[in-house]
Amino acid sequence: MKIHQVSVFLENKPGRLRAACAELAAHGLSIVTLSLADTEQFGILRLIVEDWQKAKTTLEKAGYVVKITEVLAIEVDDKPGGLARILDTASGAGLNIEYMYAFAEKRGGKAVLVFRFEDPDAALRVLKDGGINVLENVKLFRLT
Amino acid sequence: MNAMECHPLSAPDFMPLSALNETRLRRLQVIVTRAYDRVKLFRQRMEERDLRPQDIRCLEDIRKLPFTVKTDLRDTYPYGLFASEMRDVVRLHASSGTTGKPIVVGYTREDVAVWTEVIARCLAACGLHAGDIVQNAYGYGLFTGGLGLHYGAEALGATVIPISGGNTERQITVLKDFGVTAICCTPSYFLHLLDQGASLGADFRQLPLRVGVFGAEPWTQAMRERIEAESRIKAYDIYGLSEIIGPGVAIECARQDGLHVFEDHFLAEIVDPETLEPLPDGSEGELVLTTLSKQAMPMIRYRTRDITALMAEPCPCGRTIRRMRRISRRSDDMLIIRGVNVFPSQIEAALLRVEGTLPHYQIVLTREADLDQMEVQVEVTPQVFSDEVRVLEELQRKLLHSIETITGIRAAIRLVAPKTIPRSEGKAKRVIDKRKL
Repeated sequence: MKIHQVSVFLENKPGRLRAACAELAAHGLSIVTLSLADTEQFGILRLIVEDWQKAKTTLEKAGYVVKITEVLAIEVDDKPGGLARILDTASGAGLNIEYMYAFAEKRGGKAVLVFRFEDPDAALRVLKDGGINVLENVKLFRLT
Repeated sequence: MNAMECHPLSAPDFMPLSALNETRLRRLQVIVTRAYDRVKLFRQRMEERDLRPQDIRCLEDIRKLPFTVKTDLRDTYPYGLFASEMRDVVRLHASSGTTGKPIVVGYTREDVAVWTEVIARCLAACGLHAGDIVQNAYGYGLFTGGLGLHYGAEALGATVIPISGGNTERQITVLKDFGVTAICCTPSYFLHLLDQGASLGADFRQLPLRVGVFGAEPWTQAMRERIEAESRIKAYDIYGLSEIIGPGVAIECARQDGLHVFEDHFLAEIVDPETLEPLPDGSEGELVLTTLSKQAMPMIRYRTRDITALMAEPCPCGRTIRRMRRISRRSDDMLIIRGVNVFPSQIEAALLRVEGTLPHYQIVLTREADLDQMEVQVEVTPQVFSDEVRVLEELQRKLLHSIETITGIRAAIRLVAPKTIPRSEGKAKRVIDKRKL
């Protein structure tokens, strides 16, 4: 199943990332994982938050431009070749990966990676058919 | 300086006032008749006022005539204000308009001759003569600067180097090696040449260069002092605009105290930009110009939007034609960037073309290495925001291309967060001009 990623536009200036995180903290929103894509001028903060709807409205109210993107959280065997297997399946099916990043925490000896595919629905089908575990929702990969 | 020391072409500069006024009235009557007979828009406006050309009996009667504004040129694009058959038009020039369409101006053979004459008179007023070697670094092409200066300098008997704009290193090589005694360009470009020259080991003070004819953008006394101190040349301000003729409407003389308007060809008035009421000499207001001899495109009471004042007191140089003060500012929001006219509305049109809706934006002008830089800051909207860097970078490229297509200026695009561009009373301040003029 697809999960919802919250993407936020940030100017590449000191304090901007902190301000966005503080906004979430003030509303009791905890960041499960994140990645930051940046250029000289701007950055795109990508967040996985359990209550993504609340995160979106909170950030929008604070004046941020927010976009919700569908991504897949995929379990990867934490051993050599674990990621390669998933990439083999994806490239074998002609799936285009826009970007990916990892969860900080492991889950039962397995790593969890967030994948943004060009076509998330096609990717979900292909990966499931290939016996790859795509996590059902954000809660499942919280340790507590 | 008196008439005898100047080039014969400069004789009208020193005409007795009575003869000058007689010439002006006669030419005004001819031009008004020409425009009335041949330009539909002007004729309509005259008829609305129940005016006939024969109602112009003295120079003051010009105040009865309707104004012409820049949008009239756009609305009648391309040839609607022409008063000559195209077979008699030997030259076209164009400058950027407010919505991406250029403004087109035409010249008959006689118009080109008048243009040549006024430029020769300009250069003579700046102390140039036959034998001078003139590096003409104004752009050649649709812009009136390059070819305008070119013909006048040749008519004066000078040697012209038609180097056009750009290619700074070659400009400096030519300045050093060709025995150049005068240069024509925008003042900011000359400052750029000075700075680049210094880093290339060219000391302008050691060169035969003695005169600079600078225009196409507003500049200040402080800039002149810097140019003159660092290059030991005399820096003169030249004024003109494509709609009237191009460069050559007015020029500073050796006194460098106001620009002499070639009043035998251009009738200058100062009006209150709000009420459009005429203002007396000495009062600051908007410069309104009427071409007195232009055939292909007569301009009647053209509102230049440039703010200045006419100086009635005689100039010690002996010229009888009046002076106007250097242009201090404009009465509209037009920006002059690297000599190119840009309206914020053009930037709006360019942004709209890409985004579909108008985002909040701000134009920030700076001067780096003496060259104008334009940065357009655009607030990111939910419609255009993407979680992929390449999509936003593509957006930047599209915006940049659109602005360049419409204005001819290469801008930097900075995507900024929403609500970061300050708004005052709901209206954003569109232009931040950090250039020190």
